[in-house]
Amino acid sequence: MSEQKIRVLIAKPGLDGHDRGAKVVARSLRDAGFEVIYTGIRQTPQMIAEAALQEDVDVVGLSILSGAHLTLCPRVVELLRAQGQDNVLVLVGGIVPDEDVAKLKAAGVTGIFGPGTSTQEIADYIRQNARVAA
Amino acid sequence: MVVATQQTRISAGDLVQGVLDGQRLLLARTITRVENQDDDAAAMLAALYPHTGHAHIVGVTGAPGTGKSTLVTALARSYRHAGLTVGIVAIDPTSPFTGGALLGDRVRMRSLVGDPGVFVRSMATRGSLGGLSKTTGDVVTVLDAAGFDRVIVETVGVGQAEVEIASTAHTTLVVEAPGMGDEVQAIKAGILEIADVMVVNKADRPGVDKTVRALDMMLQIEGSGPRLIRHHGHLLRVETPAALAEDENRWQVTVMKTVAADGTGVSELRERIEAHRSWLQESGEMAIREQLRIANTLENIIRAELNRRILASLPAAKMDGMVEAIRRRETDPYTAAGEMLAHI
Repeated sequence: MSEQKIRVLIAKPGLDGHDRGAKVVARSLRDAGFEVIYTGIRQTPQMIAEAALQEDVDVVGLSILSGAHLTLCPRVVELLRAQGQDNVLVLVGGIVPDEDVAKLKAAGVTGIFGPGTSTQEIADYIRQNARVAA
Repeated sequence: MVVATQQTRISAGDLVQGVLDGQRLLLARTITRVENQDDDAAAMLAALYPHTGHAHIVGVTGAPGTGKSTLVTALARSYRHAGLTVGIVAIDPTSPFTGGALLGDRVRMRSLVGDPGVFVRSMATRGSLGGLSKTTGDVVTVLDAAGFDRVIVETVGVGQAEVEIASTAHTTLVVEAPGMGDEVQAIKAGILEIADVMVVNKADRPGVDKTVRALDMMLQIEGSGPRLIRHHGHLLRVETPAALAEDENRWQVTVMKTVAADGTGVSELRERIEAHRSWLQESGEMAIREQLRIANTLENIIRAELNRRILASLPAAKMDGMVEAIRRRETDPYTAAGEMLAHI
């Protein structure tokens, strides 16, 4: 009878309001069969971590176009781990310069998806790597 | 990468204890298992059940775009100002084609994040049609056991016949907005009949008085006569307790105006909900509703389990053969169903 669904939180941290990308990704992940919780723009890392906890998601997807990814993303990972969500996959979509990719990965961001990524690619990545909630 | 490792699976007993101790991560994990109908969900619900009965359950329903999420947020803030804690379950539809869902109620609820006295959970309908999901009632049970004073359930945007919320909530709000329909819409059967409080939200928009008037008229027509309550999928004529026969003791459904986006009318709405709660307790109606709610729950559990057992006992190969025979018009679905049931 058990029916497990992969749950994904899509959030836009920081101050840029360009949410087209986040909405396109949210919709395509819905079409891939996931339950997507969309939280909207101008979220603080605290708001994102708290929403991820209440919703018990398997994946947190952050959309950032402002250039503040090196500040915001590690903070989200830190807060998630601090509240005991060790297995949540943290992904970033948006504009990330090549030289920052290694820094984000070192901070615990596992997937980074830049311009030109197909939505199918993101869905496949999640399906292969998300741990269905224990 | 390692997929689906079970090393961190928390025991059902620890989860139940965590819910009772107010640990939010364990509360969230418990809800997930209940929603997924995991093998240990029934045992966890059984352990939590003795701790329920404290929360007053408020249902919020209405058509898409009437402002339900914004109203739920405003109501939750109002309850917080009054010193009460609030659990929220917000439901959005699952796509019947892909099984996926886009749950967007949180976009309106951002001002509630960070308050330890509030817990918001989004749920997808996962194939249910009545405006709730199959396990919504169970998730409400978990939030009740966790000690929240009020649990607000926001249904999917509904049309005219999705009235399941009335058998889950103690107090049901039906939310309308100006310009959503004429008087004929208001007197159609269905969703308006389940309202304990009618809300016309977005009351700063033109046409609000016309909407309020149409609803008032409908409520006056409905005002007298024996009460009909939905039970086992049918409307049941319920005997009104003697005390309620006196007109002044009957609950009067009123139309409240709110502008949820700026808070206008929200504390008055909260007071009206609380007045309904007191009336339920003093009039004896609470006992009747609880009875109906529990009977409904019990029947659903039994029906789901019977369904599972019956389907499991049918020989799958024969089932497939039947489907093919029906497609070729060698037999028909009614005869085939009779033959299959002979196996039980």
